[in-house]
Amino acid sequence: MTQLVIIGIYLGMLLCLGLFSSRLFKGTSKDYMLASHSIGPFLLLMSIFGTTMTAFALVGSSGEAYKEGVGVYGMLASSSGIIHSLCFFLLGIKLWSWGHKHGYTTQIQFFRDRLESDRIGIILFPVLVGLVIPYLLIGVMASGVVISSITEGAFESSFAAYDYGIPPWLGSLVISMVVLIYVFFGGMRGTAWANTFQTVVFMILGVVTFVVISNKLGGLEAASNAVLEKNPSKLMRDVAPADRERYSERYTSWVTMAKYNYVTKVAKTLTLTPDQKEEAYQAFKPRMPNWQTKAQAVYAAKNKLYELTSEEINKAMLIQDDRVMPDPFPEKWKMGLMTHHDLKEYPRKANAEKEKSMLIFGGKIGHPEKDLDPNDPSKGKKWTIKKARGVYRASNWAPDAPHPMSKLVFLTYFFVPLSVGMFPHLFQHWLTARSAATFKLPVVAHPLFIMVVWVPCVLVGVWATSATLNGAPMFPPHFPANAVLAAMVKKMTSPVLAGFLTAGILAAIMSSLDSQFLCLGTMFTEDIVVHYGGKDRFTDQQVVLMARLFIILIVAITYGFSLLEPRRVFTLGVWCFSGFSSLFPIIFAAVYWKKLTKAGAYAGILVAIGSWLYLFREAGYALKPNYTFLGMMPVATMVVCSAVAMILVSLITKPPSKETMARFYPED
Amino acid sequence: MRYAIYGLVVVLIVLHQDNWLWDDTRLIFGFMPITLLYQAGISIGAAIVWFLATKFAWPHHLEEIAQDSPAQETGETE
Repeated sequence: MTQLVIIGIYLGMLLCLGLFSSRLFKGTSKDYMLASHSIGPFLLLMSIFGTTMTAFALVGSSGEAYKEGVGVYGMLASSSGIIHSLCFFLLGIKLWSWGHKHGYTTQIQFFRDRLESDRIGIILFPVLVGLVIPYLLIGVMASGVVISSITEGAFESSFAAYDYGIPPWLGSLVISMVVLIYVFFGGMRGTAWANTFQTVVFMILGVVTFVVISNKLGGLEAASNAVLEKNPSKLMRDVAPADRERYSERYTSWVTMAKYNYVTKVAKTLTLTPDQKEEAYQAFKPRMPNWQTKAQAVYAAKNKLYELTSEEINKAMLIQDDRVMPDPFPEKWKMGLMTHHDLKEYPRKANAEKEKSMLIFGGKIGHPEKDLDPNDPSKGKKWTIKKARGVYRASNWAPDAPHPMSKLVFLTYFFVPLSVGMFPHLFQHWLTARSAATFKLPVVAHPLFIMVVWVPCVLVGVWATSATLNGAPMFPPHFPANAVLAAMVKKMTSPVLAGFLTAGILAAIMSSLDSQFLCLGTMFTEDIVVHYGGKDRFTDQQVVLMARLFIILIVAITYGFSLLEPRRVFTLGVWCFSGFSSLFPIIFAAVYWKKLTKAGAYAGILVAIGSWLYLFREAGYALKPNYTFLGMMPVATMVVCSAVAMILVSLITKPPSKETMARFYPED
Repeated sequence: MRYAIYGLVVVLIVLHQDNWLWDDTRLIFGFMPITLLYQAGISIGAAIVWFLATKFAWPHHLEEIAQDSPAQETGETE
């Protein structure tokens, strides 16, 4: 409950900040959308940084480091330090000067003028809004997960289905509402202020989290040495021989279990006698819950009590791993054995984990503060639903296969941060700058700020792989990556500190949502309503009202998506960024290539979004975290395809008029 | 000078691909994975390169272009 009170106070403070900044609001749509071009270097740095560092940076980076190891930093943090500032330097300043000179508020206004195309907005607006939605989804989804994890057991009897804590859907809803309210009151000025405040909060609390967690793990050296001993592959981008051997043993043991379950529960061709079971238990060392079945499985395999065909073994593995059984069963799997990789090609059944864990561990589930057995407190506390599902996954599913990071994938990750060149909310932030010189501080400090936030998060995520609490591993296999940071904070700090640290995580999430909300409203009113409806048709107040209504509509759609099957924050983030990156050639050419034509830009946009949709579908809509195309990150193909289409079509179509060229390149 | 800055950016991108540390699990200062330390060094290198860019390759002419424009409006927030 303490955590909940602290989070509530923090959200209240944000609302006050929004209301306060609204007192400075000049009442014009220009002030609402661009803070009247009045933002100085520090506010610009903090608002740009706060906007780009979303749930992706804290929740996503720690979760991804937990899954993939320290290589995550090189994949996106250090590369972003180079590429983001490059985009600010090459595009931000130039677009700011044109925006300032010609009075632009959105990217589409710039493209309309530069490409001499009134209708570019019709194609670009849905593309940009469509790509912002997954970006919003990252924040909305992560905020619900974080609040739900941290408030577990906060209520005495309410929300039993959510482990007596705030349900994720309610957490996401509250955060969306708070951001909506302060964006509505404060506009861009309020957003810049709130971003700055929240960026300071999450950077300070991030460092505090790091220090507290490392102390709890016995200090920096002890925490890292535990990883070196138990999961050395997490400290590099290759697979350590020790991890390979461990996995091989676990996988063999898992297959044995799958086969035993198949012959005893599906084919029902084997039943051990009480004597055989006793013999099996004598020879087995108990470890995890449900160990008796494992002992029987080992005994049956050792004494060759059953025989299975390849088809039956494959089916046994699919059932054990809760995978959807293909129908008809493929011929190739009637003859040969599936590898673990083949197995993973089949999706998991949606509700199997939830239903089976309740069936097996239902009797142990209850309020996490109450004893399992009131007469014998030594048996421990009742299990949460999350714990039951975690134990089910750990004891039933195939172990995670360690895999090296591909050098080509690492290299092609460089295309992902190009997305900042096309983020519509960043474009809007660029235009808030007071002068070109305002960009100097963000350009220089951005890589350092990324480092200050990402290095501790990556270390915490990697430490989580080997952390123990009271002698037991803190995270069982298959623990959800999105919940790693919140779980570390909850398990390793006091309730008061956990409340503050959660506020810090939420600050990072909200400091991105606010800019994105505002930007969506601006794009809708400027690019669609005012442009196609007529400039003098609406008053400033009407424009602001329409912006707000459109924001509510998009937030409602995003919120609906957040209730569907969750994705890894990192994976979803990379797909969203990849979509924006695929449009990078268009903005770069629009600024630096005078031969870019309207038809060339259309071709580039269509190919970019077409290739994005195709590859996103191939990747199971972000359900396959390690999906690659031609051995590379899919974004590389998207960027190359859109660039080629844009260049080829531009070369064979009519270039822009001399007037337009003179408008943008007067020095020629 | 602008091209020298772009050259440094290319050098950073090349150095970023640290194939030689792919299977190195060494802990520097007893706790810091060498891969992470190296990549954090790339971040610091990036900040230095961009500092040089603001000193020696800053597009001052863009500031003048914007200042001449009628769209400019001033206000104080900071």
